[in-house]
Amino acid sequence: MDWYPLWNSLRIAAISCVIVFFSGIGMAYYVAKLPRIWKGILDVVLTLPLVLPPTVCGWLLLLVFGLKHPVGIFLQSIGVQFVMTWYGGIIASAVVAFPLMYRTARGAFESFDETLAWSGRTLGLSGTYIFWHIRMPYCKQGIIAGTVLAFARALGEYGATSMLIGYIPKNTATISTTVYQLWRTNDEYSAFVWVLVNIAISAVVLLTVNMLEKRGQGRRACS
Amino acid sequence: MSMTIEIHKQLGAFRLDVKFQLEHGVLGLLGASGSGKSKTLQCITGIERPDEGKIIINGRTVFDSRKNINLKTQERHVGYLFQNYALFPNMTVAENISCGVHTVSDKRERTNRIGDIIDRMQLSGLEKRKPAQLSGGQQQRVALARILINKPEILLLDEPFSALDSYLKEQLMTELHTLLAEFQKDVIVVTHSRDEAYQLCDHIAVLDAGHLDIFGETKKIFQDPATRVGAELTGCKNIVKANKIGTTQIYVPDWNLILDTGRYVGEGVQAIGIRAHCFCGEISENAFDITVVEQIEQPFEWIVKFQYLGQNKETKLIWWRFAKTDKPETMPGKLGIKGKNILLLYA
Repeated sequence: MDWYPLWNSLRIAAISCVIVFFSGIGMAYYVAKLPRIWKGILDVVLTLPLVLPPTVCGWLLLLVFGLKHPVGIFLQSIGVQFVMTWYGGIIASAVVAFPLMYRTARGAFESFDETLAWSGRTLGLSGTYIFWHIRMPYCKQGIIAGTVLAFARALGEYGATSMLIGYIPKNTATISTTVYQLWRTNDEYSAFVWVLVNIAISAVVLLTVNMLEKRGQGRRACS
Repeated sequence: MSMTIEIHKQLGAFRLDVKFQLEHGVLGLLGASGSGKSKTLQCITGIERPDEGKIIINGRTVFDSRKNINLKTQERHVGYLFQNYALFPNMTVAENISCGVHTVSDKRERTNRIGDIIDRMQLSGLEKRKPAQLSGGQQQRVALARILINKPEILLLDEPFSALDSYLKEQLMTELHTLLAEFQKDVIVVTHSRDEAYQLCDHIAVLDAGHLDIFGETKKIFQDPATRVGAELTGCKNIVKANKIGTTQIYVPDWNLILDTGRYVGEGVQAIGIRAHCFCGEISENAFDITVVEQIEQPFEWIVKFQYLGQNKETKLIWWRFAKTDKPETMPGKLGIKGKNILLLYA
């Protein structure tokens, strides 16, 4: 049994999750402060990858990073190629998982009680301190939930990934593309093993989310 | 210690125009909800930016639209007690208080000051608790400790007792009174309670729909509010239109009566106010026949609503209030009122 797809899937999901964590929170914080019109427009653009079919996202990614297109050509000239490489999968997963992080974080930021930030400012606390020590802990539940969901989505990404990086054994193969490949080549047994692996990972993720939610409810009941 | 406040700001259809100076002491900002009290405080802290005006605290200009000065909230050194106290829910009592001394670099001094304020505000034993595990009164003390340890130039209290029940309120009001006397700096208290204003404040500013209605010494304003809004906010129940008809006399059309105020009545008088406890059956001054319409029993007093005999029946009932211990055997047929107890209202 070759475990490369598991390792590859986990590293792609983990790295894209880190990217999405910071960019999602950053955008959520920025958009939550915008006037209503801009908020509406940006919100549509940033949420689009969630509702578009992943293959459409993949096609759009190829339009940008494809080796016949300007950005792709430029990147290739500096030695970076997102097409048919394992790290191209990070881009594909991050784009598809981004809206999950962004939306949950934005919801959390919007429920934040602004008087807390203002009372911090009257005490002379800096904006950075308020963000990391008051705003983020207050929104912790939503941000953790968003992170877990984004990680799960990145781990299960198939459509955009297969379009951008295809399936190269021991190179770009992920769990989801491997399952498809094994089924296509009639290797029912191996496909079944990978399905079990996938179910196990998903179950752990869901359990984590549920546990976090329960803890959150318990805390709210105290207050 | 002084402050100069001049704020002009347009907020949709609402316009805030406030201008006052305070040399020293506790100022009460009184007004109905939506009169601009909280907005005024928010302009002083820098949460809101006035369109025009200036704010000078202890000689330091923190805002001046003409000179283009607009200090950040962090640089203004204004202590602000929020209505809901705004304690950080994720931090313990001690951590919340330490937010007020985070700029002090010496760790020993920081710990000393925190310990000191915890003792002074009677919070020992609660250091490790989260705000949600504290009573309303304790939360208020933590919030005040966090502000006082920060050594602000001026203290703003936004309806400090609105989140507390009435029993706790009276107790904390005396505590706060002592604390403010110790604090020795300028304080602005926003309130809509005349009891709070009377007990805590040396001066009172009454706001009405965004403009300053009256500004003056608390005792003087309660004695002679001079305006309808002032009379209402100081608790005067009976306010009625009146016209001057003699040097000391006024005519009240609604009651169809002429009252003698015993003092010179200014030309611009528009209304009079009579406090509910000022009527008396044994006073012969301004005594007229009445009919009692309604009697309401309260824990320690009676409220009697009556009309004068010649009063237009469509107009408002008049309130008379007296302690239960003073209840007469039979309701008097006439009620009198001393001339000096008739408030002359000029706006």
